[in-house]
Amino acid sequence: MALRPDLAIIADAVPATSRVLDVGCGDGELMVALRNKGVDARGLEIDPANVTAAIARGQSVVQGDANRDLADYPDDAFDYAILSQTLQTTERPDRVVGELLRIAPRAFVSFPNFAHWRVRLALLWNGRMPVTRLLPVAWYETPNIHHVTVSDFRDLVRAKGIKIERVWHLSGDKPASDAAASWRAEHAIFLISR
Amino acid sequence: MASLLHDIRHHSVTIAAPLPLDSGQVLPAVTIAYQSYGALNADKSNAVLICHALTGDQYVASDHPATGKPGWWARMVGPGKPIDTDRFHVICANVLGSCMGTSGPASPDAATGAPLGMAFPVITIIDMVRAQAMLLDHLGISRLHAVVGGSMGGMQTLAWAATYPDRLASALVIASAARHSAQNIAFHEVGRQAIMADPDWQDGQYYGSARAPTKGLAVARMAAHITYLSEEGLTEKFGRRLQARDIKSFGFDADFQVESYLRHQGLAFTDRFDANAYLYITRAMDYFDLADPHDGRLAGAFAAAKDVRFTLVSFDTDWLYPTSESRRVVQALQSVGAAASFVELSAPFGHDSFLLDVPALDRLVAGALGSGF
Repeated sequence: MALRPDLAIIADAVPATSRVLDVGCGDGELMVALRNKGVDARGLEIDPANVTAAIARGQSVVQGDANRDLADYPDDAFDYAILSQTLQTTERPDRVVGELLRIAPRAFVSFPNFAHWRVRLALLWNGRMPVTRLLPVAWYETPNIHHVTVSDFRDLVRAKGIKIERVWHLSGDKPASDAAASWRAEHAIFLISR
Repeated sequence: MASLLHDIRHHSVTIAAPLPLDSGQVLPAVTIAYQSYGALNADKSNAVLICHALTGDQYVASDHPATGKPGWWARMVGPGKPIDTDRFHVICANVLGSCMGTSGPASPDAATGAPLGMAFPVITIIDMVRAQAMLLDHLGISRLHAVVGGSMGGMQTLAWAATYPDRLASALVIASAARHSAQNIAFHEVGRQAIMADPDWQDGQYYGSARAPTKGLAVARMAAHITYLSEEGLTEKFGRRLQARDIKSFGFDADFQVESYLRHQGLAFTDRFDANAYLYITRAMDYFDLADPHDGRLAGAFAAAKDVRFTLVSFDTDWLYPTSESRRVVQALQSVGAAASFVELSAPFGHDSFLLDVPALDRLVAGALGSGF
């Protein structure tokens, strides 16, 4: 099965032989791809059914909560930390980003862009919290408790003195141009470093 | 009965090398009874050691010679099963101090030939593991594909990783802990006192007599058995239902089904277990604390085990070795950078879940053993 496009970008960008922690690794899909290219990948995942599935695939995954359990990893335990589609679900995204860059010098962070034109339009025309392909759940039951835009994230990392090494924008499942990404990117992947 | 139990012949080897014990005493030679399943491959790289629990034995996947019942993990070990004997050479040895053929308190004194009883030295979990390593040396197996164990078997598995980190590729620890808690010790002490308070115990020298402390051992088993089950499981299985009667007897018969069940469990246990062995093995578990030699830092125990792949599993209804104890081990492993997997599975059976039908456990075990092989 083909990897989700954002995961494929990350899998491609992680150098072989590096050590990686995939935070919110799901059933280990990205980890399998990383392992196949020689990456030493470990995972953290909150859902026990997903953890079981990942371990059954031979991956090293610990059941835990990114809000609390990143504290158990020592400084610089990994070369890269990965947080894909999870930032907006955390209690304190700023602290989670800080933890990612404590346990690894570099981190991939991907999230749905809340400033995408469809989201803006939904709010503007309907006056309702948007329900879109990447944000498919109604406001009262969504796990996405901290919606974030590409510009918001840039502000956060600037405020924290974090460097942006590289950014990928996606629209649908295809790369989107960086021009007017704030409007046009449905999804963004940041590679950040200390 | 104990005498019948000790008449069973087990497959065993006697290794005439001294075994130094944590207590400072030395066993001059050690007999180890074991079973194996599946073929050992040419480069001896497919061996899996299964470590059994307190009252378990080496008959992991074969009928028990005393009770005739199927092996205690027959659902997990066999051809095509999660621990697949078509792929792995599975070894399970009766632990040191036990009563199924390995050296223990019922073993004869070398000088007199009489059973040692309480003259057998107190042993530890790490002593058990040292004896297993001697068996593997004898079998010419230098490195294990995996060590696997639940409950006390998990303690041995952790002790393997701490003691012989170069001799295993992976460790699978189920429903276990890296130390015995005050509550764990307390329950064991109740069991030991029940045995030692039985006049038939006779200071442990009951082997030659016609009396054995079966009543005390049965009570010990009853108390322990409660700790293996969840409250929810007990309620579901028995509730307040009466046993073979419609009204309460206003006496002290087993009025309730749960009483009748426990009495049966206690009594049946005495057919297959030796009271002194129960004393020695519970003591070994109580002494277990892997952090103890490292100033209380559990990570210190795993400093050399970075290359071992660990998988830990706990059960949400297990209050004997709760999830928090597994998490403590995982945290120690993460702090040394070892590859660790951990999941808490949901199962209604309490601590005993590791022996029972939990399909997710089967998938985990197969995955943990299969990777990289």
